[in-house]
Amino acid sequence: MTLSSPPAEVPANGSLAASARRPLFRRVLHNPLGAVTLVFLALVVVAAVFAPLLAPHDPNAVDARNVLAPPGEAHPLGTDPSGQDVLSRLLFAARSSLLGALTTVVVASVLGVGAGLVAGYHGRRFEASASAVSDLLMALPTVVMLLAARSVIGPSSQATMAILGIMIAPAFYRVVSNAVVAVRHELYVDAARVSGLSDARIIGRHVLTVVRAPAIILAAGVGGIAIALQAGFDFLGLGDLSRPSWGGMLNTAFSVIFRSPQQLIWPGLAIGLTCVALILLGNALRDELERTGGPPARRRRSPARSRPVDEPVHSDDDRRESTADDSLLDVDRLSVGYDQPDGSVTVVVPEVSLTARRGEVHGLIGESGSGKTQTAFSVLRLLPPGGRILGGAIRLGGQDLARLSEREMTEIRGRRIAYIPQEPMSNLDPTFTIGHQLAEPLRITLGLGRAAAKEHALTLLARVGIPDPERTYSCYPHQISGGMAQRVLIAGAVSTDPDLLIADEPTTALDVTVQAEVLDLLRDLQSESRMGILLVTHNFGVVADLCDRVSVMREGRIVESGSTREVFAAPQHDYTRMLFGSILAGTEPRGPLAETGPDPATKGLPA
Amino acid sequence: MLRYVLRRLGRGIVLVAVVAVTTFFLLYAGSGDIARTILGDAATEETVLRKQQELGLDRPVSVQFGEWALHAVQGDLGRSWFSGQPVVDAIGSRVAVTLALVVGATLVSALVAVVLGVLAARTGGWVDRVVQAGSVIGIAIPGFLLAIGLVFTFAVTLGWFRPTGYVEFARSPGGWLASIVLPVTALAVSAIAGVAQQVRGSMLDVQRQDWVRTLRSRGLPERRVVYLHVLRSAAGPALSVLAVQFIALIGGAVFVEQIFAIPGLGQVAVQATGRGDIPLVLGLVIVVTVIVVVVNLVVDLLQGWLNPKVRRS
Repeated sequence: MTLSSPPAEVPANGSLAASARRPLFRRVLHNPLGAVTLVFLALVVVAAVFAPLLAPHDPNAVDARNVLAPPGEAHPLGTDPSGQDVLSRLLFAARSSLLGALTTVVVASVLGVGAGLVAGYHGRRFEASASAVSDLLMALPTVVMLLAARSVIGPSSQATMAILGIMIAPAFYRVVSNAVVAVRHELYVDAARVSGLSDARIIGRHVLTVVRAPAIILAAGVGGIAIALQAGFDFLGLGDLSRPSWGGMLNTAFSVIFRSPQQLIWPGLAIGLTCVALILLGNALRDELERTGGPPARRRRSPARSRPVDEPVHSDDDRRESTADDSLLDVDRLSVGYDQPDGSVTVVVPEVSLTARRGEVHGLIGESGSGKTQTAFSVLRLLPPGGRILGGAIRLGGQDLARLSEREMTEIRGRRIAYIPQEPMSNLDPTFTIGHQLAEPLRITLGLGRAAAKEHALTLLARVGIPDPERTYSCYPHQISGGMAQRVLIAGAVSTDPDLLIADEPTTALDVTVQAEVLDLLRDLQSESRMGILLVTHNFGVVADLCDRVSVMREGRIVESGSTREVFAAPQHDYTRMLFGSILAGTEPRGPLAETGPDPATKGLPA
Repeated sequence: MLRYVLRRLGRGIVLVAVVAVTTFFLLYAGSGDIARTILGDAATEETVLRKQQELGLDRPVSVQFGEWALHAVQGDLGRSWFSGQPVVDAIGSRVAVTLALVVGATLVSALVAVVLGVLAARTGGWVDRVVQAGSVIGIAIPGFLLAIGLVFTFAVTLGWFRPTGYVEFARSPGGWLASIVLPVTALAVSAIAGVAQQVRGSMLDVQRQDWVRTLRSRGLPERRVVYLHVLRSAAGPALSVLAVQFIALIGGAVFVEQIFAIPGLGQVAVQATGRGDIPLVLGLVIVVTVIVVVVNLVVDLLQGWLNPKVRRS
């Protein structure tokens, strides 16, 4: 029994309830698991409510001459060690179990939802104290506290279950206050407030709808915990012994485990199945809510649909030289797609071909969604989960990277191809020092010793312009700035002396001043080592600054390719021209918004 | 780092104090007829009054608390109303047994849960579905029910273990191990289920992080990326769940000790609760809260070691 952790992770956000268009109850009935558990729980409720009608005997009637009787006509499930009818006791026990669970759920939800609404809606002072109480209750071992309570209140089942409710209330409190805080700043709640609705009306109409679904899911789980705990207390003999209970029946059965182990079956099943049913119901509810609340399906782009493409425009020298010996990377009709849950494949890059040469910087430019990053990840063979290369070849030296095994590819990465990411801050492992992350590939990939790796890493840090390499070496990523982090990543990329460097928008996330410095650094490193760079960018300025050659990409295809000078001087493809046309630089600068001169507010006024 | 530890320690001490005060007043305010309960219905009014005086129950609760607190800070938690034994001794002689069970179950569940969670996250497919379904069932089945099932299957039917009883480690390490296999299993299942779910979830989350791709791009082998880097980041949230499970396990031990007839804190607790032995119950609550505080402190230290960012907050 995990008392402190509600079984179903309840997503506490507004999207949950907002997605509940059809009544939740009906949708859960259509979910196989939901339907089975609901039917089972309904049967338990029926058994509890109609126990007096259904039970063949008085549950407490003792028959000393007929103990441990096997199932028969008079006693469908047999009798227990005191000759009481097992079926009748089972039915009546359902009453106290459900009543106890109900008590806990009602107390916990009224307290938790109430406090959560107030804390989330009015916030601040109340929230601080409510959270403190909630933390305190969550930190306490529930069973031990319940035992303590039981020692003074005596064997009253309902009182114990109410106290359990108080101890579980923080679970509701957290879900509700989080959900309310999330919804409080929604525009429609502001609108309701502006239109003069009272707080009570707003809470009733807008906030409760958001909170309802997560609270119901939680209630199912809490119900399961309550039934388990109550049965446990009854089993220990700490419950109300005068009434039949599943836990008590289990205790009786346990005492005759050698003589008549089948006695364990019915109370054991009743407790186990009811608990499991409640937890599964919670899961089914969550599944139903998440199914509709999930992300919309990715836009389909099937290869069949693609219209005939015009051959990419190559400036003459490009075509001539592309077959020459100095070609480093040759991407040939590469296509990339993502497997969808329904078995289909969404093509994101239908066909792309490009050639990058030794010692050159090759720009890959296009608007977002044109597939340039997908192309870059394909070369590294590091596509996100579900993504794969559908066809084409990626030749590096003599090898086709698209056909290498994962093991062979590990040999290529780092040694032959390196990568500089876009977001410096999210691309360093937060739990290791900068030094560790720099030295590790040197030791593993290059096989340097510990001391040599550290020395080399420090040299690299100094080379990329980090002022105090020793200090940065022992820093954690959260202790350095974004510009510094990008320098560290560049150092890491060139550390293993690769032939080809793939830089995915390496300056996009940086300040303008830092951008220029990073570009300078890249240019210097490139000319020192004569490595080839494939530079993915959407910025013509970067291309003009750094690239020898450029390929323009649109909808997963290269539309134009050539030397930077020629493409810039005379773009051939309409799309390239359009991209140039959309750059603000070079257009007539707009004048100041207001005429300079006397303050417009005072202009024209009589002096 | 030192300040971080001291702050956590301070919070723990406050928690123990708050719990002690609250529990004391709730217990003693509610213990009006306790003398009558102890003596039974046959006792005369006079003997009941005398018993009340003897236990000090005739004085105002605040006075009783002052006296108790004065002794408590010196490590004296009073005496049992029934046996007269000092509460500290009654608990001290049993606490090791329960801790052995709970710590054992925690270690077992950490190990098994990491294996299952990583397996589910890495392989996916039917392995993942089995682990997920198993986790849900493992969480849902009450521990004491599982314990009974284990006794029936492995002790009564198969006869592999003795159904109940506890062998002290000092007397026979092998016998001790055999005597705690079933109880530890019964306790561990729900913890395994909870932690495995978390390990799986955080492994999947962390694997999607950008830095994992960057590490791979450096040519690091898959094993190193997953088991050194990804697992370390995923371990933090899993450790938090494990800490919560540890607290739940102390509660679970109450039931399991009863089923396997293990002389731990759980037995003391059930007996004291049934008789209304308030000093002993209060002592148990305080000792368990101290254990919880210590565990949380250890977990906080581990979190700080796992994730340097935590140390600042």
